Amino acid sequence: MKFAQRIQYLMLGASLLAATLPAAAVTDSVGGPGVRQLNFQTPVTPIASQIYSLHTLMLAICLVIFFAVFGVMFYSILKHRKSVGHKSATFHESTTVEIAWTIIPFLIVIGMALPATKTVVAMKDTSNADLTIKATGMQWKWGYDYLKGEGEGISFLSNLSTPREQISDSTKTKGDNYLIEVDNEVYVPVNKKIRIVTTANDVIHAFAVPAFGVKQDAIPGFVRDTWFKAEKIGVYRGQCSELCGKEHAFMPIVVNVVSAEDYTKWVDGKKKAMAALADDPSKVWTVDELKQRGEKVYAANCVACHQASGKGVPGAFPALDGDLVVNGPHAAQINILLNGKNAMPAWKAVLSDTDIAAVITYTRNSWSNKAAENLVQPAEILAARK
Amino acid sequence: MSTTAIDQAHGHGADGHGHDDHGHPHGYRRWLFATNHKDIGTLYLWFSLLMLMSGGVLALLIRAELFQPGLQLFKPEFFNQLTTMHGLIMVFGAIMPAFVGFANWMIPLQIGAADMAFARMNNFSFWLLPPAAILLMSSFLVPGGAPAGGWTMYAPLSTQMGIGMDMAIFAMHIMGASSIMGSINIVTTILNMRAPGMTLMKMPMFCWTWLITAYLLIAVMPVLAGAITMTLTDRHFGTSFFNAAGGGDPVMYQHIFWFFGHPEVYIMILPAFGIVSHIIPAFARKTLFGYASMVYATSSIAILSFIVWAHHMFTTGMPVTGQLFFMYATMLIAVPTGVKVFNWIATMWRGSMTFETPMLFAIGFIFVFTMGGFTGLILAVTPIDIELQDTYYVVAHFHYVLVAGSLFAMFAGFYYWGPKWTGYMYKESRGKFHFWASLITFNITFFPMHFLGLAGMPRRYADYPAQFTDFNMIASIGALGFGLSQVYFLFAVIIPSIRGGEKALAKPWEGAEGLEWTIPSPAPFHTFETPPMVK
Repeated sequence: MKFAQRIQYLMLGASLLAATLPAAAVTDSVGGPGVRQLNFQTPVTPIASQIYSLHTLMLAICLVIFFAVFGVMFYSILKHRKSVGHKSATFHESTTVEIAWTIIPFLIVIGMALPATKTVVAMKDTSNADLTIKATGMQWKWGYDYLKGEGEGISFLSNLSTPREQISDSTKTKGDNYLIEVDNEVYVPVNKKIRIVTTANDVIHAFAVPAFGVKQDAIPGFVRDTWFKAEKIGVYRGQCSELCGKEHAFMPIVVNVVSAEDYTKWVDGKKKAMAALADDPSKVWTVDELKQRGEKVYAANCVACHQASGKGVPGAFPALDGDLVVNGPHAAQINILLNGKNAMPAWKAVLSDTDIAAVITYTRNSWSNKAAENLVQPAEILAARK
Repeated sequence: MSTTAIDQAHGHGADGHGHDDHGHPHGYRRWLFATNHKDIGTLYLWFSLLMLMSGGVLALLIRAELFQPGLQLFKPEFFNQLTTMHGLIMVFGAIMPAFVGFANWMIPLQIGAADMAFARMNNFSFWLLPPAAILLMSSFLVPGGAPAGGWTMYAPLSTQMGIGMDMAIFAMHIMGASSIMGSINIVTTILNMRAPGMTLMKMPMFCWTWLITAYLLIAVMPVLAGAITMTLTDRHFGTSFFNAAGGGDPVMYQHIFWFFGHPEVYIMILPAFGIVSHIIPAFARKTLFGYASMVYATSSIAILSFIVWAHHMFTTGMPVTGQLFFMYATMLIAVPTGVKVFNWIATMWRGSMTFETPMLFAIGFIFVFTMGGFTGLILAVTPIDIELQDTYYVVAHFHYVLVAGSLFAMFAGFYYWGPKWTGYMYKESRGKFHFWASLITFNITFFPMHFLGLAGMPRRYADYPAQFTDFNMIASIGALGFGLSQVYFLFAVIIPSIRGGEKALAKPWEGAEGLEWTIPSPAPFHTFETPPMVK
């Protein structure tokens, strides 16, 4: 048994390796998964509670059948074996038994499906919502627009806030909310029916929050909806649940459920912040101002593909460093940013004129790029949109 | 030629080295120009074993990256290539060709036919596969790498990929053509070349399950070809089948894909049911219980498989009536599947069982496949599915039915029919070691994934929240063990049992029944030149 021995050594080696690894110091995430959690996350909406009990019911029925059926099988394996001298019987059909074990499972599955029907109907009822929020999936972040209800008009992007070095450097300690934390959380009031309208800019994504029992694909060019009514104040965490490209694992969803008063406060604060951020459209910017702002825009939106070095990923994402479009006339680059090209998404609905002007100016003055036309003003973007 | 077919076959077997009066080719010509169903079956089986090992290496790379949170080994775009290629290689390269290999070897022997109906088409359908596999695998080497949109190749993500996606699409086309030709061959052989006296309802279960599988393949492979051709024209010729901006619908791709994809699931499991339906009676020394109901159950599963596809798409947001219809239809499949499990257990009941390796794998199949069946039933409930869609629960579910289902049944089939193929018995202790190692490491790998999925870990993630670490570590260690168990199978079981060992009798299993056991082991190059009579 030479091979068997080698396998034993390898297994031993693997388990020793596992044992010497630093013990994970991570604790349960608040509103996210627990350490070694065995079941669903604690439900905080009526739908999630129904799903939880449906699953418990199904699991119980399946376990009963499992033990009954395999009880019979293992009894037979123990008793009806040649080594204990059992002689084989000759029966090989029985219409009664065969009909019985067709009808009974049929009734059982009907019994399983009936309670689920009520939940399916309730899940699809998105009418009479107190607040409607549009969630737009983008490679690789979420955009939120408060469409109707208190806070109407609020609009922001929500990016992963876990520092990049925690992801790529295994010596860095990972936080409790590693990969399930964002810079801009979605705020919603407690005990209110929230309708989420989903869509996407590029490929299919899925908006999911396990504690709410919500998962809805976000499909480019189409709108779908789902709803939840959170009954407990707290922060709840989900992740994109439809493969959407390379950063699929890095676009979480964080929903902060707050009291009605706190929600009103947040809406006021957010509106003030948005007004302060709005740019004067007639302002003429200097290269340095735009470059500074463009660096931030680049870090939030472009770096995943084109890389911090501007070198891109050969074969997949083109380099900007030394690129002819980046170093050439404005019009071509503005057009690609506004309307997209192949894997490059269209940014016209995502970024403001100033942001687009800033990031173009940034790319034209960074790395080894020294474009002759090195400054693009927001007004040019506005003109190109028409 | 005055003797009966069976006597003649004995004559060939006696000199031991396949020498015969018909002068069959040697060297590379024997394989490249093969028209003999046994040689082509062997080619299929080696091809699928090679693909199984390649797909397995990709799986281990995936598990290595997921051993700990953080990105240690690969960039996420390469990780996506790994998951995509693992799926494509295992489904189209390993499982499907392996069952065609079993069909080529066993169907003519089981129905008493001299060969498959279309010998040259048989050769062609095999030799299409290696170029397709090379095309698929070499996509790793082109700019942009292999396809990274998942084995389901959902639009519009698939339109973003580089040339690797086109290579995968052409590889799928070629493999699809191969499958269709193989299926036509199998249907024709079974319907026209059965020995006199073998009516359809006397036919061995493996032939029945393959007959139904072949019809499924002919029905759905063109649908897949359509879906990926539309992807191809969307990518290069400016069409907008799946592009909303041009009036298309990305969800339509999913409908078309799963109209193929769900019958595909049964294509990968029905032949496994057939294999197990031979092994259980053989080692229980008792006739298969409920033969007729087995046939009807298999047909019902096949028919139902066409009307359940959208249960893969509950989260796309379909109307409430659609969700309810697909939930009820899906749950109905549990009924005929249950009937099959009950029949197997009733076959074992009051039998006189022994537990050689084929029987162990068959019982392991029933036990672990049924667990996958139960999680399938749980996933059929729409609200639960929405919570679990695209999580590791789904990964656990389909590996329970595909690895512990299809793959274990094929292992069982190898140990059961292998002596007929090679002429030598495998070593029982090694077979048992392979079984227990596979069963235990399989469960270490995939059982914790149920917990990960329930807790909310999405699938196809290169990195995950640190709370999921422990179960991922366990799964990765189990996967390494499962991989090594299959290396052991190749080097300690398959290769030695081809090289030599204890000579196999014409019927090595006391309780085995069927025409394949009336010819000597190894099966001579030509068998049943005169059809046997079946009473």
